[in-house]
Amino acid sequence: MASVRGVARASQTPPTEGGVSVRGLSKTYALSGQPLPVLQEITFDVQPGEFVSFVGPSGSGKSTLLNILAGLEEPDRGVVTAGGSARRLGGVAYMPQRDVLLPWRSALENAILGLEVKGVPRHESRQWARELFAVAGLGGFEDSLPSVLSGGMRQRVAFLRTVLTPGSVMLLDEPFGALDALTRSEMHEWLLGLWEHGDVMYNVSTTVVLVTHDVEEALLLSDRVYVLSPRPGRIRLVHEVSLPRPRTPALTTTEEFVRSKAALLAAVRGEGA
Amino acid sequence: MRVQHVPSVLLATVPAGLLLCAWEAYVRVAGVDRVFLPAPTQVLKVTWDSAGLLATHARLTLLEATLGLLLAFVAGCALGAMVGLSPLLRRSVYPLLVVSQTIPMIALAPLLVLWFGFGILPKLLVVALVCFFPLAVSMADGLASAEPDALRLLRSMGASPTQLFFKVRLPGALPYLFSGAKIAVTYAVIGAVFGEWVGAYEGLGILMQTAKNSYRTDIVFAAILVTSLLSVGLFGLVSILERVMLPWHVRGSGTAMDQSPRIQPIIGGRRRAPGDRREIVENV
Repeated sequence: MASVRGVARASQTPPTEGGVSVRGLSKTYALSGQPLPVLQEITFDVQPGEFVSFVGPSGSGKSTLLNILAGLEEPDRGVVTAGGSARRLGGVAYMPQRDVLLPWRSALENAILGLEVKGVPRHESRQWARELFAVAGLGGFEDSLPSVLSGGMRQRVAFLRTVLTPGSVMLLDEPFGALDALTRSEMHEWLLGLWEHGDVMYNVSTTVVLVTHDVEEALLLSDRVYVLSPRPGRIRLVHEVSLPRPRTPALTTTEEFVRSKAALLAAVRGEGA
Repeated sequence: MRVQHVPSVLLATVPAGLLLCAWEAYVRVAGVDRVFLPAPTQVLKVTWDSAGLLATHARLTLLEATLGLLLAFVAGCALGAMVGLSPLLRRSVYPLLVVSQTIPMIALAPLLVLWFGFGILPKLLVVALVCFFPLAVSMADGLASAEPDALRLLRSMGASPTQLFFKVRLPGALPYLFSGAKIAVTYAVIGAVFGEWVGAYEGLGILMQTAKNSYRTDIVFAAILVTSLLSVGLFGLVSILERVMLPWHVRGSGTAMDQSPRIQPIIGGRRRAPGDRREIVENV
């Protein structure tokens, strides 16, 4: 499991070490005075370097879970640590569903936002980002404003911003959910391709938690998939993905992939759980 | 040549030219006394002939308008920032700002002259009092409308409140601030003229009054013309500054930039005008 990425990781010196640990997490919102339990008794571990996904129907608390992991919200009960620390703000790289590119910054300047917040010297972070842009097929668009980029390109810039954000854990909240199906599968191919570039993309080989409603996306990218139940969200199924790496989108037609996908879809729909 | 391809400057001169022609014809045909109403050509001639006199007075009026604007800018931005960043101040101070605009300037201006004399200070105060409001309101609204998703993203990166302000809130508020500044500059010169009107030694306002009292209606019109030109000049300056400072901000309809296909977004482009939330709606 995680063998290729594990090797890429071992040959590099990652900026920070650490996985994710969640114990007995529960979260309840108040909806016009009525308590609305969103997440209940969530417990899981992500080892350093692992890529895990959470899939579930709308309203299963996926985004809330990620917000809590990012430190933007605190759970009502339970213990959450990321990168070995309970203090998550500034310690994780969070990618929201919308690209949230700042319209007044060029693509490159958007990408270095996380480094800038951390006070990394400008010329250093710019140079680093330039290398990434070239690898990620965004060469030549460094100085373009977000308004002239296509949806797929904007999402790539947002992804590079996440890669460049210092942090031991990457949290991806339906990063390709707003894209059309064709662009999304292009993004999958692009993302899988990036792992071949462990040298500049070492942050891609760090711990990743992905939230998605797309079972195929989860299977294609992850080492392990968790299925959440409808509200209140509980972990309904844990599925270890045994597909070999490096992976390509061609895998989606193999027998093993189709069988896993059927099992996961059944779990999402609430059958046989 | 189709209408869209005619420069807007040319288009704008057509109705104005027609109006002036009608005015000129009326004065000439009806034989109106120039003390009662001078013809546009007469106004132009006297403007040319008294250019030195007008320039002397205009210089002071422009100085008052500029310094008053500066004062309004500092006060307006500071107040706007406070109101925009603190919900408590928004509820407690915002109404006070609105009430301040209900004070009739026509009553207050003579009092300012009474308190501070015939010098430049009461004029600065009139200009500042008239101009700070659009600046404060636009600053407050601009800061308050910062994109929540962008704030959350920066917070997840560990950004401090100061970083949130300078990296997200302030840049996002600038288009609003420029909208407010455009309104403010059009008030500024009129404010200065009004401040002079109620008591001054020099300036376009006092020139208008003395000219009126000596039945030089043509000079009154010449002074009005100069006042307008100053306002238009300041407005143009702010517009140029906006384009230089906010190249990312595609402006509203009718501008040359808007028609350029080069900057038309390909997919998912955002064209933001103050208060335009369309982009967020699209992506939900």
